[in-house]
Amino acid sequence: MVTDVLIIGSGGAGLSAALRAKELGADVIVATKTLPTNANTCMAQGGFNASSNEDIQTHIDDTLKSSRGLGSSTMIDLMCKSSKASLDWLINLGVPFSLDSNGDLATRFMGGSTNKRTYYAEDYTGLKILQGLYDESLKRDIHFIANRYLLNLIIDEENNEVNGATFLDINSGDVEEVRAKSVIIATGGYSGIYNGFTTNGFGSTGDGIAAVVRAGGVASDLEFIQFHPTALKKSSILISEAARGEGGYLVNSDGVRFVDELLPRDEVSRAIAKELSQNKEVFLDVRHLGSEKLSHLLPQELKLCKIHEHIDMANELIPIKSVAHYTMGGIEVDQKLQVGGLKGCFAVGECSNAHIHGANRLGGNSLLEIISMGLVAGENAVNYESKSEFKENSQLAKDIAFISAVYNNFTNQINFYEKREFLGKILYHNAGVIRNDTGLKGVLAALRQMQREFTFMGISDKSKEFNTNLIDFIEFGNALEVAEMLLVGALHRNESRGAHFREDFPELNDTFQSHSIFWKEDGVLCAQFKDVK
Amino acid sequence: MKITIKRFDKRKEPQSIDMSYPIFEGLTLLENFIKIKTTIDPTLVFNGVCRSGVCGSCSVMVNGKAKLACSYKPKDGDYIEPLSYHEVQRDLIVDKKKTHNTLKTSHAVMYGDVIVENFPKVTVQSDCILCNSCFASCPVMAVNENFLGPFALSRVYKYTAISSDSKTSIDAIQQNGVWDCTLCGECTLACPQGIDPKMDIMNLRSKSVQSGYMDPNMQNMSFGLDFTQGF
Repeated sequence: MVTDVLIIGSGGAGLSAALRAKELGADVIVATKTLPTNANTCMAQGGFNASSNEDIQTHIDDTLKSSRGLGSSTMIDLMCKSSKASLDWLINLGVPFSLDSNGDLATRFMGGSTNKRTYYAEDYTGLKILQGLYDESLKRDIHFIANRYLLNLIIDEENNEVNGATFLDINSGDVEEVRAKSVIIATGGYSGIYNGFTTNGFGSTGDGIAAVVRAGGVASDLEFIQFHPTALKKSSILISEAARGEGGYLVNSDGVRFVDELLPRDEVSRAIAKELSQNKEVFLDVRHLGSEKLSHLLPQELKLCKIHEHIDMANELIPIKSVAHYTMGGIEVDQKLQVGGLKGCFAVGECSNAHIHGANRLGGNSLLEIISMGLVAGENAVNYESKSEFKENSQLAKDIAFISAVYNNFTNQINFYEKREFLGKILYHNAGVIRNDTGLKGVLAALRQMQREFTFMGISDKSKEFNTNLIDFIEFGNALEVAEMLLVGALHRNESRGAHFREDFPELNDTFQSHSIFWKEDGVLCAQFKDVK
Repeated sequence: MKITIKRFDKRKEPQSIDMSYPIFEGLTLLENFIKIKTTIDPTLVFNGVCRSGVCGSCSVMVNGKAKLACSYKPKDGDYIEPLSYHEVQRDLIVDKKKTHNTLKTSHAVMYGDVIVENFPKVTVQSDCILCNSCFASCPVMAVNENFLGPFALSRVYKYTAISSDSKTSIDAIQQNGVWDCTLCGECTLACPQGIDPKMDIMNLRSKSVQSGYMDPNMQNMSFGLDFTQGF
């Protein structure tokens, strides 16, 4: 297959980029490892930040402040200044945002925001945006290829230009290549490596980030992971920040409120972690809002509490814990969203680090980023002038050989599902909300052992078609690569900044006002700190 | 405490077999599938992403009724099959390409200008997660595989209600669309999001009549008198 722009990922960022690229006349293929719309975007409940003319500067300042010195004012400017236009674009596609009693678009407060600028569609904001983008994509004849799992980028080694990507076609089990003049990676974040301790859907394993680093590109700031304060205790299912925005309290098992609920997520999560470490339980209390208001404002949460915790949140306390929710770090991109170290390759959305969220993300800015920056990525990818011709490339043959080795040579003497669960657990407890040197070193040692044991893991299902056992295994391989970078970053950042909190270095240290940068040389991970520009 | 899953693999002989697995109590059906895959049988194939009822990927038939696996707690003796009226790809995975294409055929998308003040009218319709539960519950599918089906029509209603131009979509749903529905309401019962496609289809029929279309079933009916004769 050959196209102008290949977009990998069909969430909000991928679809926005696809629509923009198509509008500009490009031939577009969107590849997704599941089906279009089965993306984490659908789970974003809280809302979409858009600032009025009077509010733009405050929005920029709030975002910069939340980034704790790691945000780029140029990129934040770009995003905030286009926020209203992005909102209008969605509205004109028929995304039905909620209205207030005067019939105007309704807004709500999110933690860390000075002004009320978060537009929402009940607690289904992300879902309604994503479905609207999909409907429009079908109208515009965007070519989707579903059930395609990204294996590797195809690189022209003469000039480091990306000419496409290889995929495992899950339908057939065949490895195939898609050639393109430019590629946009929109594969989402990596919270899924905290297996069992994340609000994210399955498969948030940082596939795109791992592929970029394998291809010679650069990733950055992977140690910055936002832990959402309120996930259901048993299932890690997200209870939206809107529950606190609308007036919900956090209480401990003594019934005492212990933190200002509207502080940024990192501060609230740390306060919760502290309570839990003192063997107290933590609850979200929304009973005082009344069942009528709850069923209007938080219908989804009502349902989820019933299914997963067997409780009626209108009458009972909701047991919660903080879990991995959003990854600020990712593929290092420049101001054109072009991937560091590679040409003709762009990254956008949660998989990217566009230096917008820095050390901590403001609620409501993620949906904004995927739309605003998605449109920018689409445009930049179309305008990119490819330097190289599509030449014979060895990547396809290498990947066919790898898949064949997994079927025939990987011994499957170690159950990788057990390792996946174990990795999630040790990451959560040692590289989670509160970290220290000893714990991080321990996890890194365990992780490197898993990397060494990788060929002794493998698959039990030897079928070719729809082999999700194989997909789970390759995802685990990506998780191991991404987790290594995360741990190296967390271990060397001897300070506390935003979502990265080291109890052995509890203060912010200006010498670390820099980005951690990761790349590979001959398959070996390299890392250094680079000053903020 | 067991559930039985109808397995399917077109490369095997027989292609389809029933297999029973123990229930992991307290967990949803999707969490049970994952426990089965990771601890008992890695060859079991199913879909599931968000775990929280918004991605629409994990719907299956439980005792003949469409359910989201992530929102259902299995009971002893439950019989699990892939979604009805879909081509089965392997085990519980079905091909949704054809059903997604109904969105395109029916022009379920914005045309014209948006009418923001009508947004509250489509709050529920816009909650659709494309789980295809309604489609798998629709008896019309058994007799007309080209029927556009409930979710596409509900989505058409969503857009016509908030748009200044509904002609393209209304024109597109006359064939194999609003008039083919039997108004049995099975789709409404099946929807995990509380959407009422039956009501939306009735509203689309009214809009169709306002646009000059007639119920083709009425045209074919004979009232015993033919006033066109002799005038």
